[in-house]
This record gives sequence, structure tokens and C-alpha cells, in this order.
Amino acid sequence: MDLSLSTRTVGDRTVVEVGGEIDVYTAPKLREQLVELVNDGNFHLVVDMEGVDFLDSTGLGVLVGGLKRVRAHEGSLRLVCNQEHILKIFRITGLTKVFPIHTSVEEAVAATD
Amino acid sequence: MATVELRFSALPEHVRTARLVAAAVARRAGVDEAVLDEVRLAVGEACSRAVGLHQSVGITAPVKVALIEDEKLFSIEVGDEAPHAVPAERVAGGASADADVEAEEDEMGLAVISGLVDDVEVTTSENGGLIRMSWPTVQPPTVVI
Repeated sequence: MDLSLSTRTVGDRTVVEVGGEIDVYTAPKLREQLVELVNDGNFHLVVDMEGVDFLDSTGLGVLVGGLKRVRAHEGSLRLVCNQEHILKIFRITGLTKVFPIHTSVEEAVAATD
Repeated sequence: MATVELRFSALPEHVRTARLVAAAVARRAGVDEAVLDEVRLAVGEACSRAVGLHQSVGITAPVKVALIEDEKLFSIEVGDEAPHAVPAERVAGGASADADVEAEEDEMGLAVISGLVDDVEVTTSENGGLIRMSWPTVQPPTVVI
């Protein structure tokens, strides 16, 4: 399965819905999408990963890159993920301490901390 | 010899194929269903790393994956042909910023592998590198006719 991306605006947040596999082949597409959003002035991003079947370290690198970009504009990047096999990758790399991870888009959109 | 051997051009689009084949052979070999996700991720990381290494030094040789079924163990070997600089050379060469980024990504992949797989061995030489990862297999249930 390839990568699918769609974006929508909820208040001052931009929700990026990601589906499929984020790996060494597809991660550049996600990187382009995040870079474009930030360049267009969207600094508060919510990446919805509920439709992601596979995530590797290349994908993690892209998310960290996105976080760096929004932080440069005092923005935020929040993740939505409930899938244990995806959460595990964030845990073993220590990235659960770097990204706020929410259980629903509603929760992520409402979060302000 | 290996149960299944795979060689693929060092291109990112083929890493998914390697993941799928590895997971299929691991399942057949009797690797616990609960760890198949880990097998898929670990072999993907190892192959991504090998593809990156081949591309960064312009090697046209394929990446090699060997899936080996032993009596109580299933092993995956991912081999690259990139000359691995010994750390002293890297320092003496004065690594560029790009090289630093690549080294970081390389480390991230290895960090994921070592976090996932208990039994992992990484060997490197001037002629290439090899990552060997192993998982225990469970005995298939006895079929009652």
C-alpha cells in the first residue's frame, strides 16, 4: 500500500490525515507535505496516524523534522495514534517524550499545553 | 543454504518487497505471530540502511537478504557492499554536515533494530556490512486428523 495524505483545517489547527505505509520510499512525500504546510504559514499541525499501517525510522525522522520546523515559528506538532505497534516505535526511540501523542483528533485539536 | 534469498537493486521502492517476503517466510518458519510486526520493521530498517549506504557511495551492486530457517531459530541477514570507514578515518576526514545527517539517520535505524531484536549482530569491514537478526521459532501444533 502506498501513502495517502489529506489535510483539513480545524480552527487554528491543520489536521494531516496519513494513511498507508510511511517508509524509506514514501516518507519524502510526507516531508514535502509538512514543509509546504509550514511554508504556507500553518504552524499548528495535528498528524492523524490512525490510518498508518507501517512506520519506520525514516518516517520518524520526517516527523522530527516537521516538529523542528513548526517550533521555529513557535508552533506545535501533535500526533494522534492508538495503534500499539506504531506507539512501540516511538517508545523504543524515546520519542514519546518529544511528541504529544493523543488518542483522538478532537483531543489533539483542543490541547493547548 | 538460506531458505530464501533475495537480491534487489538499491532503491527505496524495493524495501517494501523485502519486508513482505521476510514476514511471509518468517510466518512459515514458525515465528510467533505476535513478533511478525517486529520482523517486518527490523528487516525494513536493515534494508533501508543498506540502500542508503549503497546510494551514498554510488554502488550499483544489489542489496542481499538471506532468510534462514534453522531448527529452533529463524534468522535474517542483510548484507551491503558499502565500504565502512573505521571511526578514526571518519574523524580524520572531517565529516561534512551532510555526512553527519546521514550518520544520524543510520544510527536511528540501528537504534530501532537493537530496540526491537534481542539477538542481533552487526559486522562491518572495508568490503561491506552485515546485519544478522534472529528470532526463536515455535513448534507448529500437531495436526490431529
